[in-house]
Amino acid sequence: MIKLIPRVENSKVMILLSPLLAMTLTALTALIIFIFILDDIKVSSVFFTLFVLPLTDSYLFPELLVKAAPLMIIGLGLSIGFRAGIWNIGAEGQYVIGGIAGGAVGLYFYNVEGFWLLPLMAIASILGGMFYASIAAFLRIRYQVNEILVTLMLTYVAVLFLSAMLQGPLRNPAGFNFPESRIFHDSAMLPIIWEGTRLHIGFIVAIILSFVAWFGIKKHMFGMQIKITGSAPRAAKFAGFNDNKTVLYSLLISGGLAGLAGFFEASGPAGQLTPGLPQFYGFTAIIVAFLARLHPIGILFSALLIALSYVGGEEVQIEYNLPSSITQIFQGMLLFYFLACDILIKYKVVLNKTKN
Amino acid sequence: MNESLFINIIIGISIASTPLIFAAIGELLVERSGVLNLGVEGMMIVGALLGFVVQFHTGNPFLAVFAALLGGMAISSIFAFLTQFLLTNQVATGLALTLFGLGFSAFAGRGYTEETIVLIKAIHIPVLSDIPFIGPLVFSMNPLVYLAFFMVYLVWWFLFKTKQGLILRSIGDNHDAAHAIGHNVVRYRFMAILFGGAMAGVGGAFLSLVQVPIWGEDMTAGRGWIALGLVVFASWLPFRIILGAILFGGITVLQLHAQGFDIRISAQYLSMLPYLATILILVSLRIRLKNKTNRTVPNCLGRIFHSTS
Amino acid sequence: MSKVRFSSILKLTVLSTVLAFTSNVSADPVKAAFVYIGPTGDHGWTYAHDEGVKYAKEKLGDDVIMTTIENVAENSDSERVITSLARKNDIVFTTSFGYMNPTVKVAKRYPDVKFEHATGYMLEDNVSVYSARFYEGRHVIGKIAGRMTESNVIGYIASFPIPEVIRGINSAFLAAKSVNPDVQIKVVWVYSWYDPGKEADAANALIAQGADVLMQHTDSTAAMTVAEENGVYAFGQASNMREWGPNAQLTGIINDWGPYYADRIAAVRDGTWSSSDTFAGVQQGMVKFAPMNNNMPTEVKNEAMQAIIDLSMGKIHPFTGPINKQDGSPWLAEGETPPNFPDLLTMDFYVEGIDSQYPN
Repeated sequence: MIKLIPRVENSKVMILLSPLLAMTLTALTALIIFIFILDDIKVSSVFFTLFVLPLTDSYLFPELLVKAAPLMIIGLGLSIGFRAGIWNIGAEGQYVIGGIAGGAVGLYFYNVEGFWLLPLMAIASILGGMFYASIAAFLRIRYQVNEILVTLMLTYVAVLFLSAMLQGPLRNPAGFNFPESRIFHDSAMLPIIWEGTRLHIGFIVAIILSFVAWFGIKKHMFGMQIKITGSAPRAAKFAGFNDNKTVLYSLLISGGLAGLAGFFEASGPAGQLTPGLPQFYGFTAIIVAFLARLHPIGILFSALLIALSYVGGEEVQIEYNLPSSITQIFQGMLLFYFLACDILIKYKVVLNKTKN
Repeated sequence: MNESLFINIIIGISIASTPLIFAAIGELLVERSGVLNLGVEGMMIVGALLGFVVQFHTGNPFLAVFAALLGGMAISSIFAFLTQFLLTNQVATGLALTLFGLGFSAFAGRGYTEETIVLIKAIHIPVLSDIPFIGPLVFSMNPLVYLAFFMVYLVWWFLFKTKQGLILRSIGDNHDAAHAIGHNVVRYRFMAILFGGAMAGVGGAFLSLVQVPIWGEDMTAGRGWIALGLVVFASWLPFRIILGAILFGGITVLQLHAQGFDIRISAQYLSMLPYLATILILVSLRIRLKNKTNRTVPNCLGRIFHSTS
Repeated sequence: MSKVRFSSILKLTVLSTVLAFTSNVSADPVKAAFVYIGPTGDHGWTYAHDEGVKYAKEKLGDDVIMTTIENVAENSDSERVITSLARKNDIVFTTSFGYMNPTVKVAKRYPDVKFEHATGYMLEDNVSVYSARFYEGRHVIGKIAGRMTESNVIGYIASFPIPEVIRGINSAFLAAKSVNPDVQIKVVWVYSWYDPGKEADAANALIAQGADVLMQHTDSTAAMTVAEENGVYAFGQASNMREWGPNAQLTGIINDWGPYYADRIAAVRDGTWSSSDTFAGVQQGMVKFAPMNNNMPTEVKNEAMQAIIDLSMGKIHPFTGPINKQDGSPWLAEGETPPNFPDLLTMDFYVEGIDSQYPN
């Protein structure tokens, strides 16, 4: 019989090994799937295109970073809440509202030049995301309504709201009545940090934020509050930590960061507000946070890994005519294996002979 | 409004709410045992595909529904294994299940998007169905609609009228105490999860076997998430699931009718109503319950159980 | 040297000279790529484009290598897909409006690659736009609907209130009204191009409210199946949907992109490609019709066929005055037809006589 014995403290070896084990298992399963479905295409070339090409190709690599940036930012915000047991599943909705808020400011000052516009748009988007998340915080604090459902329902509302805005006040008057906003003018577009690519300043912000979060959790009292509230709520109450405050701040931070990511997307690769703004970054970021085990620096890597699966998966689709669902299956499997291998960190697997 | 339009609207609502009833009643049992499975959407879409494929190849609706049931169970067993034996985080595992289910069904269903099948038709009872007004409303629904109502009753009966149901509820409230008494927490939860998967599968099959005789990836269009909301809306009480599903299905259908009647609200804001209504109802329930000590939330919902003996 | 040997050497020489010549003239095959918004299995919009690709491939044979990619969302990711295709192809077709800005952005970075954007309006030296006068198709089915309805209610399942969809509604209504002055049209907006469940719900709601002929501007076959279930009539959208509605389908509007695709790729091959703005209809063969079903009387069939012939000869225009806008203000004078821009391409009003409120 297999028994699981909790370890005294998390195995440091496994913290490094288990992700590698998970990735290996995913790769092996993918290999088996590919062998079955690919008739005369070389499996090795598919693997190369999927995993290696995005890292080596001069066009794809910066695209990989562009794709990873919003996942990093939203993932960071979410991880803070998740550590405290606050499940913000609606980051996608906060991302959309933030994008609308930032974009609306940019469109309001259409063709007005100035360095102040971008920071103003960023602030608007953060406030927008914060406000939207605060609804769930309010309902949880005041009425103990579960934030999972409120944030989820509000996501649908946000997407519909975007559609209504694009049909109405934010629609491009010279755009043949299509539901899209004007293309943002230069002052409202993010500066590009790698010339000739779409890599914008948001990527740098993401990296800075993750280090800030890392120090914050290590040093600052709030980080301590979050850690303890999550793992031992009653103890936290005894120590005087305010559960309500934790709820509020967690949701505000994750909402604000999601909103910021929305602004980066609209003013970066998209360059306008369109119905295509929501791209499930808010949900994918949940996976990113978990794969990183909620560690701020780890989130940088897991975001890159997920982004790799998107960009590589897309190339595989184009080159080998494989369907888009392959990427989804792969991501689902990766997460399954990750979660499964995680157990090796906290528990020791022991084989016991059944005593009779 | 005339009678036949009213009847049509009621039938439309029943079509819209039945998949939700199946998925939500399954998840209700799961959550009563203390487990939160966010993978409902993934399980439903797998059921939709399997039901369609089996109906396409065999033309046998019983087999098709059964296949969907088995498919939902099979995919939920991944979740069950991971959360109950490998003690993984339920939220993350549920999300992975949704992702995997959507991807898998899209991939496996590729060859079926151009096909069509014969729908499962509503029943017609010789004398009863012809009674004016009552006949079409009560006796002429689709068989799966009646099945959904029956499942709600069955779950209620199991939870509140049987010993095993009592045990399951106690596990949901305090899994350590239940374990100490000697109940097998893992086994109850595993079974509950499989049941939830089966129900979600049938709910998904309803979409491809009753609503539209076609298969398309992502055809569940978020219904799994709505079902999750319904469980909370219903305060984990079975019969309230029906109320919530009708409300939700109703608003969806009424919004379309309202457009036909030219009611002057933009379609997007009308479409927001079901989601906002769910939130409002959640809040109003809380306000009412605030003064009572009656709490139906399973205490251990989402927490990992690990026996130390 | 014998006579036989000499003649065979001659033949061989001639043959190899001819081969040398022709292999110099025919260059490497043109590499063409197509970006699809949905699955080819939708049997609607994307399916029609894919049929066009197959037609072009058959016509051009080894002169072209085709690459297609499905389910490309209309967001910032599409720019990456289009770029990846531009790096390896000579011409890229982007088959949905939402790809407009990404297409133009990529076109500016790859000036030697040709781009063709469907239903858009931004032109560049290396970007063409193309669209079809679907409203001509609506004219024909509008006439049929006007004749075939008994309840005088036509149900219209619409996607988004963009000019193309509005043109369709207006054209169908005007045609139906011209043969049936009492007819009305009810429009339900589902805010999606492809959502079988919602389309079915909308179809059911319209039927419940009295519609006995359905039209759609969405991409799935759901409405057709609902029509078949309920014994009402419907029209196939972008393709022949008879399989889903053997009794319900009267006819269907078919988007025939094949000849256009073959032409454009051939132009690349022959070096004659240049940026163009195509807005073609029945006359140019881009809008076709499914065979008229036998569920309509001969007179209705003949009237429809006559309309098709008139359209194909350019004799009639579905929007011919006198027509007023819904609020009563005049639009077209007697005998007047509208210019493409701005009237048709930015159409944002219902014509007089439509009872439904214009969205927002």
